[in-house]
Amino acid sequence: MRPKPRHALALLPTLMILVGVPLLNGAHGTVLGLPPLLAWIVAAVVLTSVVMAVIRALDGHPAPDSAPPPEPGSDPRA
Amino acid sequence: MSALAVIGAFVALALALGLLARRGHTMSLEQWAVGGRGFGTIFVFLLMAGEIYTTFTFLGGSGWAYGRGAPAFYILSYGAIAYTISYFLLPPIWRYATRHQLHSQADFLARKYRAPWLGVVVALVGVTAIVPYLVLQLKGLEIIVSETSYGRIAPHPAVWIGVAVLVAYVVVSGVRGSAWTAVLKDVMILGVAVALGVYLPIHHYGGFGAMFAAIERAHPGFFALPARGMSPAWFVSTVLLSALGFYMWPHGFAAGYTARSEDVFRRNAAIMPLYQLVLLFVLFVGFAAILTVPGLKGADADLSLLRLSRATFAPPLVGLIGAAGVLTALVPGSMLLLTAGTILAKNVVRPFAPAMSERAVGVLARLAVPAIALLAVAFTLQDGGAIVPLLLLGYNLVTQLLPALLASLPERPRATPLGAFAGIVAGEAIVTWAALSGATLAKLFPHWPGAIADLNIGLVALIANAVVMLLVSAVTPRVPANEPAAREPRAPALAGAAGR
Repeated sequence: MRPKPRHALALLPTLMILVGVPLLNGAHGTVLGLPPLLAWIVAAVVLTSVVMAVIRALDGHPAPDSAPPPEPGSDPRA
Repeated sequence: MSALAVIGAFVALALALGLLARRGHTMSLEQWAVGGRGFGTIFVFLLMAGEIYTTFTFLGGSGWAYGRGAPAFYILSYGAIAYTISYFLLPPIWRYATRHQLHSQADFLARKYRAPWLGVVVALVGVTAIVPYLVLQLKGLEIIVSETSYGRIAPHPAVWIGVAVLVAYVVVSGVRGSAWTAVLKDVMILGVAVALGVYLPIHHYGGFGAMFAAIERAHPGFFALPARGMSPAWFVSTVLLSALGFYMWPHGFAAGYTARSEDVFRRNAAIMPLYQLVLLFVLFVGFAAILTVPGLKGADADLSLLRLSRATFAPPLVGLIGAAGVLTALVPGSMLLLTAGTILAKNVVRPFAPAMSERAVGVLARLAVPAIALLAVAFTLQDGGAIVPLLLLGYNLVTQLLPALLASLPERPRATPLGAFAGIVAGEAIVTWAALSGATLAKLFPHWPGAIADLNIGLVALIANAVVMLLVSAVTPRVPANEPAAREPRAPALAGAAGR
């Protein structure tokens, strides 16, 4: 499968963790009873799930277990 | 009923499941190692989720939450990134492996680079990385058996009991047993982790907010990353390294081969992140223990979950918690041993004795299991380290396979076999040297700013690895573009796959 613009969505939760956590480090108080850093990471994990479900829906998925692995070079998605 | 009796009953149940699982299947290498490649979403999910709920998370996760605070959040973070990677990485690997009837990660790289000797190298790296991971599971078993016996069984005999159960289990059942027991294990660990993570903070502190406030008062700044040491630079580099290495584990890689279709991975990429949120409750348990069972220093922090359980519940309930813990060591431990046995026999020994039959390889793989287990026991008895650093060492080793794997994915690999080899050697050399000498960037360059000095040295090794790989690849011959037709065992592979 060739990368498509919609696949960039997958970067969103990744950046929340790799860029957001250092930026948020040191924030005070609590969010929903959790330390802010922990609440932020939980939000990123939940968002990962949503984003990957959306990407799978947009990509369209072959009916499970229907297609045998294609011949080399003949993969329509390759 | 004593806690140990409850645990014994669950171990017996797991062994019975392992025996039941093999019924109706002749245990050829294909069945033992990859379950005949017929597993659907749920089994593949549970096998690959084995990584999430191991002793590492159950005892190590709560131990780090107890002893370190915010750095333990990394455990919740890297999986999410790894699942997004899996959506794109696993389907092409699965397609190629199924087409060529591969059994292991080493098979994959050996075939892609047309270099069986590279398979030997990859297999040796894999087995080396598996050893600390196994040591970690055995340490978990040791802690569980000695804690839930309330000190009646000393730690060392506990290791031997644990390893005997583990080896018997693997040799008897193979991957089908692991998949079946994984169902039992995940139901139990979900129940136990959520129940403990909700009950303990409420019971001991009156609520989550109250618990975090009390800890923050006692240890100001506990829930923020420190400025040096396990700083934000450490966090980001460790999360990144672990996410990149997530699917480089030989057992996780091979667990993917059991899938029936590639959509299994796409679906799992959306479900897994929610599933791993249960780790949050494991962290809560560690936090709850901070003010209720204080004073566990260093590696003893790994005892916090069971110490708090003992202080709160009656022995039969402690036994149930211990049983869940034993299963979190048994299922991943069996996958680790099974994979190590398979790759030692198939990818290290067989290239030197090509005449070996598939049956002989299967026998050798099973014989290798107790040998590897003994090696892990030796390390477990000798070393007193904590659980999380053991896994980080394994990750540092195994992630070094990533550049060679990524370069191999295009139809014609972007790197040469020698380039891949040189990269792996360079990366492993740095990681091994750092592990043996205890070197970190911060110790080597004490005057560098924390943003650089606190980086995980595994990430530095990974970059060096990729650079060396590309440089050597530029001056050595590439593999031919088209697969040589004569060596292509394609017909049986397709016949086997098209039936599903």
